[in-house]
Amino acid sequence: MTNIPETGRTSRITIRLVVIQILVFSLLLTLGGRLWYLQIRQGDEFAAEAAGNHMQQVVQPAVRGAILDARGVPIADNETRLVVTADRTKLSRLPDDGAEVLAKVAELLGMSEEDVANRVRLCDAETPQPCWNGSPYQPIPITDEATSQQALQIRERAEEFPGISAEPTAVRRYPSPDGARTAQVLGYLSPVTDDEVAESEDTDNPLLTSDQIGRSGLERTYDSYLRGQAGVTQYEVDKFGRVLGQHEREAAQAGANLVTTIDTRVQSVVEDQLATAMETARQQYDSISGRDYEANAGAAVVLENDTGRVVAMASAPDYDPNVWVGGISTEDYQALTAEDSDDPLLNRAIQGQGPPGSTFKVVTASAAVNAGYDFDGSYDCSSSYTIGSQTFDNYESQAYGPITMGRAIEVSCNTVFYGLAHREWQADGGTHPVDHPDDWMFRTAHEFGLGETTGIDLPNEAAGRIPDRQWKQEYWEENRDAWCEIADSDREDYAARVARENCTDGADMRAGDMLNFSIGQGDVLVTPIQLARIYAALGNGGTLYQPQVGRAVIAADGTVLEDFQPQATGQLPDDAELIQDLRDATAGVITRGSAAWKFAGWPQNDIELHGKTGTAEASGDQQTTSWLATYTDDYTVVMTISQAGTGSGASGEAVRHIWEAIYGVQPDGSIDEDAALLPEPNRDLPRIDENGTIVPPREEDE
Amino acid sequence: MSVHTLTVGSLAPRRGAVRRLLAKDSVARRIDWVLMVAALALSGLGTVLIYSATRNRTDITGGDPEFFLVRQIVNVAIGLALAVLIMWLGHHRLRSAVPVVYVLSLAAMALVFTPLGTEINGQRAWLSIGGYTLQPGEFAKVAIVLGMAMILADQVDAGDREYPGTRAILQALALAGAPLCVVVVDDMGMAMVLSFIVLGILLASGTPLRWSLGLMLAGVVGAVLVWALGVLDEYQLDRFGAFVNPSLDPSGVGYNTNQARIAIGSGGLYGKGLFHGTQTTGQFVPEQHTDFIFTVAGEELGFVGAGGIILLIALVLWRALRIARGSSDLYSTIIAAGIVAWLSFQCFENIGMALGIMPVAGIPLPFLSYGGTAMFATWIAIGLLQSIRLKRSLSA
Repeated sequence: MTNIPETGRTSRITIRLVVIQILVFSLLLTLGGRLWYLQIRQGDEFAAEAAGNHMQQVVQPAVRGAILDARGVPIADNETRLVVTADRTKLSRLPDDGAEVLAKVAELLGMSEEDVANRVRLCDAETPQPCWNGSPYQPIPITDEATSQQALQIRERAEEFPGISAEPTAVRRYPSPDGARTAQVLGYLSPVTDDEVAESEDTDNPLLTSDQIGRSGLERTYDSYLRGQAGVTQYEVDKFGRVLGQHEREAAQAGANLVTTIDTRVQSVVEDQLATAMETARQQYDSISGRDYEANAGAAVVLENDTGRVVAMASAPDYDPNVWVGGISTEDYQALTAEDSDDPLLNRAIQGQGPPGSTFKVVTASAAVNAGYDFDGSYDCSSSYTIGSQTFDNYESQAYGPITMGRAIEVSCNTVFYGLAHREWQADGGTHPVDHPDDWMFRTAHEFGLGETTGIDLPNEAAGRIPDRQWKQEYWEENRDAWCEIADSDREDYAARVARENCTDGADMRAGDMLNFSIGQGDVLVTPIQLARIYAALGNGGTLYQPQVGRAVIAADGTVLEDFQPQATGQLPDDAELIQDLRDATAGVITRGSAAWKFAGWPQNDIELHGKTGTAEASGDQQTTSWLATYTDDYTVVMTISQAGTGSGASGEAVRHIWEAIYGVQPDGSIDEDAALLPEPNRDLPRIDENGTIVPPREEDE
Repeated sequence: MSVHTLTVGSLAPRRGAVRRLLAKDSVARRIDWVLMVAALALSGLGTVLIYSATRNRTDITGGDPEFFLVRQIVNVAIGLALAVLIMWLGHHRLRSAVPVVYVLSLAAMALVFTPLGTEINGQRAWLSIGGYTLQPGEFAKVAIVLGMAMILADQVDAGDREYPGTRAILQALALAGAPLCVVVVDDMGMAMVLSFIVLGILLASGTPLRWSLGLMLAGVVGAVLVWALGVLDEYQLDRFGAFVNPSLDPSGVGYNTNQARIAIGSGGLYGKGLFHGTQTTGQFVPEQHTDFIFTVAGEELGFVGAGGIILLIALVLWRALRIARGSSDLYSTIIAAGIVAWLSFQCFENIGMALGIMPVAGIPLPFLSYGGTAMFATWIAIGLLQSIRLKRSLSA
């Protein structure tokens, strides 16, 4: 500007104005820069924040898929219950945080005020159960057993019960068809934890804080199929939470149904027989311990030989799976986990492990034959076997003199197998083993699938244990310090003597270890399912199948999503001749051997039954564990009861009843085909039509 | 041919009017159109943004989505009329009326503390007359600008002195001090604006720098005193606390600033589109049609739109400064400079508060915020600027 007016406009004022102009424009530039920073540099973050601000999601839980037996009978499904829930957000707006409302609800539902308040409080490190573990924004269930009368009162007098609602909701139900609980196989559900929600965030099917997930059993293994996909409706809301509009809606997708290999009728018989056998054993006097048998726990498995499918699987003691529904109560939980409860949650068929006793002798015999001994050779069945100063008794059996291996299996003669094991041990160098010992016994045991999990589709399967040289070495290294400490002490009791010996040469494979192993005693551990798989392999000609409980996954609309085929995972190291020898010997167990007294009158010509009894020593003052493994061409039935005496004595009748039920064998030995539950294995899948209705294959046939 | 002639003939008188309008010395040619268009664009944009922020707010619109839209259009129209009136009167003719304007606005400000006054958001700055609320402090800005200009320029424009003398400066400060004292307790925002106007005027009028520096020092001392004596209400302290650390309490005091920043930040480059701002529709930003109107622009129009608003404001201030430098007398220079100080501080404080770089104070964004009095005062300022421009061009 050039016009300096006559009125005395001076350069000072011009300079001042320029300064003001510079100031003004730097202020505006600052604004522009800050605007750029917020909108361009950090825009994405703010966009996400804005999205989180105004979106509220409401979750419609998906109906969990049913678990069906092989014929389509539901073992786990859902029922509609009236669930009363409390909304913490709304309660917290009340002057007393909703205490008065909760008290009123408690009165209406006939619950204690404290109980209701506890269920609604949020879990944290210091809050004991019961408390709410899910999201505080999700309605918290107070009870799922409201009567329609109570629900009606809550809904009609809504203004008296702000934040409380009563809605019909699908709740898990375990209907125990045919009286079969199948408790441990089914497993149970419980609410997800925050960690699990966070972990699942990036997966295809993220968990919601309100979700329940399978914690054990089939509910856990097949959780991702059963769970379905929750429906999420996103609402646009304003600052006050008022809904402005619906943004996105994804309908809930019901979970798929799991068809299992279980036959609930057989399952029911197996559960009953296991319970009866244990009950009976408890009334019998054990002359060794001088008291009645404890029979505190047991397990039974029915396998299909040609597929590895589990027809029935029972574990005792069991429990009512419905105690988990709607959140387990404190008393129930304590009852299930108390120290004297014998762990009803444990599925002993796959998680219980112990020495198999004489049922192991088919493994020992196979090892001996593969090591070059003649199955039909002559072996001395003496009353005891002595090595140095140690004497090994022929526990179950008497002295039979020189007999074949087959006869030794029939009458369960220990000393024959002691001799075989001892000679093999000596051939491997005895206490000074050769560089590469043959170890036929251990090798064969591994080849029979022992010492590792079978891969059954149930969680937390136990692997058992083969106490081979490697294991002994590791075990010694682990315990050496403890043993040596005891050895250095002045104690002179039995434990101290053992510790002293173990301290120096605990890693050595001693003759006694080998002898114990040969008859399934000592450090060897097997699970009922491992043993059942071995006998099923003898029944099918030598193939080891991976046991399976899941048969197929069928979507709610009837589409078969998965059809699980039998998985052969191994082959017995036995040739056809040896398998036949073992089949003959195990048939002899039923007809004239150690189990014959329980199977008199069995129609062996129509249904050839094989078996092997076992009576395993347990540690301490525990009574012996009974084992009975039996098989036909179609199925294998294994039962074990701890602290119940001998295999045939404790389980003989029960196992026979199971077989009778499967084939329809009458007490007099005749066969009533109409009474047979499962004379041949299920082959067809149950059909589920488009509406989700289950059409059992058997009904279609009829 | 005759038809043609007839047509030309019939148009002739009108053409004369157009020609007069387009003549080099005509008012229409001498108006600063850049300033005018920028100010109009800002007012128009503001009106649309106010509509976006209020059309769903049944709680304050009483169910009429256009409630605020219509009122703001009326406000702009009245403002425009006032600007034209000022241009017609001319700022020199107003000189004689300044004492009256000053006394009247001071009286109106005092009335605020009578039962006629109302309190909005903890600020007692409104007069409620027959259902309408007026903010007399807005007119005080005009009064101070005109009053100080008159006193400071009196001797200089008469050619007696080169710069305002001490006596004139003291008189001018006393004149500004009176309304400042009235508002300082209850309306910090207004007090800050008035202070900056005084500072701008002291600088632009060529007074020795010690006066400007002294004023700044007095401001600092005053602030410390106010703080120490606990004169400030808690809400005012909270606002400053939240400014210093907005994440301090995101659901409480820091909520406004946080939500404002989310609204602006989430706009990105092009914004979410007019009427599509989720923060705006969800009413997450409080006072959005008044003090936080800039957040609507930021969210719905993005960097392009919000940056455009800053550019338009820059345009207005640039033209105002140009008018200040080009004016023929100190009286005009001071008025223009005072208006620059006034508008620029309000814009910086208001937008800065929305962007989270200034503390929250109840200061409207000129042209854009909803409100009658502020709109009128702003357009009076535009009228004054145009009047100065007209005067300058005449004598040039």
